[in-house]
Amino acid sequence: MTLCTGRGFAAINYPIGMNLGGDPSQALVHSTPDGKFKVALSSIDLGQGMKSVTRQIAAETLGVPISDVYVDTADSDTGPHCMGSFASRGTHRVGNAVIRAATEARRAMLEAASEELEVNAADLDTDGQGNIHVKGAPSRSITVEETALAAQFKQGRTLSGRGIFLIQPSEADPDTGEMSPVSCFAHAALIVDLTVDDETGEVDVTEINSAYEVGRALNPKLVEQQLIGGAWMGVSHALYETTEPYYPAREHGPTDFNDYLMPGPGEIVPHNIAILERPAEDAPFGGKGPGEMCANPVIPAISNGVYNAVGVRCHDLPITPEKVLRGIRANGGARPQGQPTGRR
Amino acid sequence: MPVEFRKDLFANERDDTLKEIGQPRIRQDILGHVSGRSPYYDDHLFEGLLHMRCVRSPHHHARIRHIDAGAAERMPGVVRVVWPADVPHNINTLLSLINFGRDDEALLQPSRVTYIGEPVLAIIAKTEREAREAAAAVRVDWEPLPHVLDVEEALKPDAPTVNGEYPNNTFDYHDLYDHQKLRFGDVEKGFREADHIVEGEYRMSPIEQAPIETCGAIAAPETNDRYVCHTATQGLFFSLAVTAKLLDIASSRLHFIGGTVGGGFGGKVDSITEPMAVLGARLTGQPVKFMWDREEEMQVGAPRGAELWRIKDGVARDGRILARQFTGFFDSGAYTRLSSYAVVKGTGHLPGPYTIPNVASNVYCVFTNRTPATAMRGFGITGVDFAIECQMDKVAEAAGLDPIELRILNAYRDGDMKAHRREAKNCALIECCQVAADKARWPLSPQSRAASSMTEGGVGWRAEIPETVTDQVGRIGERRRQALPSEPGAGAAATGRVAAGMRRDDRSVELPPQVADMAKEQERTGYSGKVDLPDHAAPASVQPAPATPVQRPAAPLPTQPPPPPPPPAGTAPSLPPAAQQRADDPEAAEQARRRAASRFISGTRRRR
Amino acid sequence: MSKIPVQFTLNGTEKAVFVDPGANLLDVLRRGVGDLSPKYGCAQGTCGSCAMLIDGELRLGCLTLAEAVSGARIETTGGLQTGEEPHPLQTAFMEGFAAQCGYCTPGMIMAAKALLDRNPNPSRDDVIEAISGNICRCTGYQPIVDAILTAADRMRGRIA
Repeated sequence: MTLCTGRGFAAINYPIGMNLGGDPSQALVHSTPDGKFKVALSSIDLGQGMKSVTRQIAAETLGVPISDVYVDTADSDTGPHCMGSFASRGTHRVGNAVIRAATEARRAMLEAASEELEVNAADLDTDGQGNIHVKGAPSRSITVEETALAAQFKQGRTLSGRGIFLIQPSEADPDTGEMSPVSCFAHAALIVDLTVDDETGEVDVTEINSAYEVGRALNPKLVEQQLIGGAWMGVSHALYETTEPYYPAREHGPTDFNDYLMPGPGEIVPHNIAILERPAEDAPFGGKGPGEMCANPVIPAISNGVYNAVGVRCHDLPITPEKVLRGIRANGGARPQGQPTGRR
Repeated sequence: MPVEFRKDLFANERDDTLKEIGQPRIRQDILGHVSGRSPYYDDHLFEGLLHMRCVRSPHHHARIRHIDAGAAERMPGVVRVVWPADVPHNINTLLSLINFGRDDEALLQPSRVTYIGEPVLAIIAKTEREAREAAAAVRVDWEPLPHVLDVEEALKPDAPTVNGEYPNNTFDYHDLYDHQKLRFGDVEKGFREADHIVEGEYRMSPIEQAPIETCGAIAAPETNDRYVCHTATQGLFFSLAVTAKLLDIASSRLHFIGGTVGGGFGGKVDSITEPMAVLGARLTGQPVKFMWDREEEMQVGAPRGAELWRIKDGVARDGRILARQFTGFFDSGAYTRLSSYAVVKGTGHLPGPYTIPNVASNVYCVFTNRTPATAMRGFGITGVDFAIECQMDKVAEAAGLDPIELRILNAYRDGDMKAHRREAKNCALIECCQVAADKARWPLSPQSRAASSMTEGGVGWRAEIPETVTDQVGRIGERRRQALPSEPGAGAAATGRVAAGMRRDDRSVELPPQVADMAKEQERTGYSGKVDLPDHAAPASVQPAPATPVQRPAAPLPTQPPPPPPPPAGTAPSLPPAAQQRADDPEAAEQARRRAASRFISGTRRRR
Repeated sequence: MSKIPVQFTLNGTEKAVFVDPGANLLDVLRRGVGDLSPKYGCAQGTCGSCAMLIDGELRLGCLTLAEAVSGARIETTGGLQTGEEPHPLQTAFMEGFAAQCGYCTPGMIMAAKALLDRNPNPSRDDVIEAISGNICRCTGYQPIVDAILTAADRMRGRIA
């Protein structure tokens, strides 16, 4: 038995949002009498962190601390329309809707404060700590709480905002495929190191080095969650998962987690991640949704790494030991390709 | 393994002094998660909750001769047998909500099943176990029919018809072709000029989304003659609208609650459990839960569908890709669900993040006798990215180039024209390649190291739409009459040419904010670079016109009308492009107007 | 079918319920007693979302007969918090971003607690072994393993 080492590379981009536009999301923001803000949505938190990222977007836009903002989603009676959480649309579409709603609420808040401070609203700014002050004169200030109380009980003014974000619907041309698929793209490049057992065909991913470009990491820990979990899913897709092991035959389909294979905690792959941020013009604070793209580069990188290790092009997912072993045998044995670098 | 932030890159385009954005704030929902108090749909308790289970097809394809549910009906705990006739409007397709495709799937199949696991009947009982036992006691007399499981077999003239609404086993694109085409330049010319031809075939089997929380919903009668539905859906209003349609019930009578979901990954958009649960509540007047068990989740729940891709590249000696051709098949299973959309999305993604002067593709949404496929993380992209990036490895080998350097050489750059005829911007593939190489200590040449997404793009041929060869092969139904090759342009001479065009300012248009108070404040958006957003462009009360496309200088040939310009924003009601194009045809214009009046429109237009 | 009376303590509180013969403990806790912290993931004993401690031993609620737990001491994630004070495992999961959708989290935390109760100073491999019956689809496990090790460190510090 020989463990053959291999190295594979892949690079990808990823379209953010539903293809061809026409997928709106709305948000409503309002203040309680004491200056705490509620964001009402009907968007779905599947674990990707929708509640948390929209909360940060609302707090940043309003200019108040995050502890003074709470996101309430998803009740069709109180949350305005959202298409849903798919196609990496959440951060982009819902985030933009929240920015608009929070911007309108902020303008109302600054107008209420301007009345109390007797200055022009355009001369006011927030400190992000719950205070509103005159630009250049921080001592002339009022708290957000006092502002909200005055707005509610004295001025008869709501501190609220509405937002909708919609990219115009478009269509694909039947003959040329001309289309406006989406408005921004995330990017990734990734190198996988692995070993292939030439006796069993088993592939073991030993290290991943990656660079993901996400526009802006709105919450770096949430981005990290997606990238680590997504890369794990990529390894899983590449090497383990299938509902039809001998597709297109329907036999041998799994019915439980004993048969539906996925890597466990014992197969954690060391993963060194670099995050790049090139803000997209129309994305909220430039952030592109990182959630969907993160598995994509892992899968071809593993296939390329297997070829590098034993000379078998396994282009049929998942790359099972059986397929690798059949490939090795068809070649009359493992054929390590040497380092993929420097082949000139 | 700490994450490294390369703040040095693109620093001049970013303002990094924001207060909340960029902070590693603890998740709002996390205390609920770690204490087991987060309210998932199944965490809502109802007194007298009933349970619903389905009777399912054991055959790939069969006619239902007769169903005997008499014994089941008399079993302990059984409250109600639900028949297909109990579903008021028993036909739907998910994307009818955005006017894309025809209704093709019943909630409960009344006459002919087309995949193993297709539901034909449901039992509502007092306990889950009683529902399960009664479902097992239903006797169905099946007449098995010939079936087809392979996408290419399904395209043969004599293949059994899977989906009655699409008798040719392919989704109809634009009411014109049995696939979505992409044509950019002339791939045959590119192949002739190439030094290497590299071909590859790539396959991906179906994959289960496998959220730990299975799909499900609980519905119960609410006050005011309404129904509340607690659901694990990924699209709350999507599921609400599907339920209203299938049950022929006013959407105002539906109150959907969700938003806290135990993983989705695309597997919770199909909106099947919600109408089933609400139907159960409506028929019994009691709370009803419809939840898939793990076996159903894995075998009945729609997977990420299988894909098959063939790629042919023409490569110059120096490693530049001169032409790339794709033939792709999405295995949709027995019904459309969302695969039709994935085909268009995948087509818009071709040829990957590379600037290639000649690109052509034919991509098919094919019906087979298997579990319908649906969305999954990376939908429409994951499979073709696998194909493209494995192909790139083969190209590197053929050209004798380092695999990363090959990518950098061919990478798209700001200002390049993409195959779907839109300008590339905000690119960062090269930088990702460089950083990943650094992290893995993969040596790169000085040229590759010096490359940038921001230079060398958008000049000369890179910025232009080339003269394009087109064809009309693969009209709907053609494949039923004769065996046809599926790759672009094969088997028939090119029949059309679209003249070359100039670069156009034609990015997708973000509609401006409704009122000025919603417009982003430029200094607070975190950008340092040049910004040109509708939000910022929006003056106080005037809605800005979207970027007006510059017409191509040369008129296209008559066989190929140019895609119409987008309608001006702010003129309400605006006609979809198709309507403008056919303004001289009153009937067509009226149809287009009616479509525009639907709840929302998107996707690929249908021609009638 | 006549119901069977069952008495046990749940997170230190006495509970008495009537259960159907053959009913599983997961259903009884969730629907009969109202402790919703153990989750239904498979009812096949393969995902671990309903993991709980029965007399100190890690058990799966979906595979445990409710009638068999008479007199037993049951602990679930729902009872870990003391007043407003989260358990160190809960704190470590929160601060370590060790949950995304959160559905596997209660079971994961109970598997970790079972480990730390008997081994306050686990190695990384011990932690991996301890949660190997629990499936997480979101995180890739790494933050979970890290969080459990962090919690172990903090709990030892507290005792020392």
